[in-house]
Amino acid sequence: MSGSASAGGADALPAPLAAVVAEFEGADRGMRTEMLIEYADQFESVPATVASRPYPESARAPRCESEAFVFATDRPDGTLDLWFAVENPQGLSAKAWGAILKHTLAGMPLEQVARVPQDTIFKIFGRDISMGKGQGLIGMLEVVQHEARRRLQRRGGSRPG
Amino acid sequence: MSETALLADIAARGYAHPDVLVTTEWVAQNLKNPNVRIVESNEDSLLYPAFHVPGAVEVNWALDLNDTIRRDYVDRSGFEKLMSKIGVTRNTTVVFYGDKNNWWACYAFWVFQLFGHTNAKVMDGGRLKWEKEKRPTTREVPSYPASSYTAPERDDSRIRAFRDEVVTHMRAHKKMVDVRSPQEFTGERTHMAEYPQEGVLRGGHIPGAKNVPWARAANPEDGTFKDATGLRAIYEKEIGLKPEDDVIAYCRIGERSSHTWFVLTYLLGYKRVRNYDGSWTEWGNAVGMPIERP
Repeated sequence: MSGSASAGGADALPAPLAAVVAEFEGADRGMRTEMLIEYADQFESVPATVASRPYPESARAPRCESEAFVFATDRPDGTLDLWFAVENPQGLSAKAWGAILKHTLAGMPLEQVARVPQDTIFKIFGRDISMGKGQGLIGMLEVVQHEARRRLQRRGGSRPG
Repeated sequence: MSETALLADIAARGYAHPDVLVTTEWVAQNLKNPNVRIVESNEDSLLYPAFHVPGAVEVNWALDLNDTIRRDYVDRSGFEKLMSKIGVTRNTTVVFYGDKNNWWACYAFWVFQLFGHTNAKVMDGGRLKWEKEKRPTTREVPSYPASSYTAPERDDSRIRAFRDEVVTHMRAHKKMVDVRSPQEFTGERTHMAEYPQEGVLRGGHIPGAKNVPWARAANPEDGTFKDATGLRAIYEKEIGLKPEDDVIAYCRIGERSSHTWFVLTYLLGYKRVRNYDGSWTEWGNAVGMPIERP
């Protein structure tokens, strides 16, 4: 397995993501909101060296009303660096989720990235997000996972579920 | 500045009911008006806590307007509790604003109309325009004395459409506007063909519906509504709607279509417009419903 070591096998959440989930699980709604706003504040848009406008449609997160775009570049160890753009300046949740995905999945084993359950979003954002918002955040994760799966398939190694 | 001067820009746009909109400047002048309650309603629940118009309260779609168990809106008792919580009486002018061209503000406005709170307006341009104009914002959450509010029973008959009514409407070849994106309307898959569409089992649209993405009614640079001429060019010249038509609007869950409902009803003065809030998440998942794909 390539990439940074983390606890558990391919089915486990990548360790940094598991830590974030644990952090959010103990939070009440107010704390959760504050923490998400802090993540949104950390969001940095994809640098021009990776992608520039107009961003390709292939990078667009499906169903995301905040117009999020997801980019993956290869690290020498075979894992991914992740980059995001959120075109809607008011898309705070998309920015927070982009910052979390970058912080927790970049450099992680592709097998683990490909298996992150969508339910993780609701553990972090809570169950009271709108259906549309949930779908948009799932869309961002899908693009990340698509990039991981594509590389795994190319590598002809494990078959992600 | 006089009330007329504050609203002159809106009055000049040729709307059927211009009184339903207020400008950001009008709101700025009424921040401390005890008869006005500014209400922020967003899709993104992080926005209000991040900052908001001073004195504004939040009405959260999921927590305040939805029934917590069934897929439905709050009942009379739930609405009365909400209004009491935000200190609104039947006489309070409620001014909605929110993110992304006021889409959820229009949704909240629509739900308020189910309970007959007609003393309601939308701040043209919403959060985006307020922010762009660098008007004051705060993170302070205000609290107002609880009010006594008696609401009528929710009236779902005038501006809300249910699935069976939509079927009847469709069979009668009456007008329908699908306000989703062209890709959702055609039912084509997104760029990742190996992934099934989430949330809906079937793609396409209700037979006979015409596609006008909701956001076309707004000016993208500041979220304000287009003027009446611009709106007629879209809804009347492009898809042939007429003010006397019986129209149903729908999207995926009814929030984007409430924006179009607002435009057709108040800005263009259509008399019979309903929002099908079950929308595509109901229609596209239900067994045996007719679906059209171009």
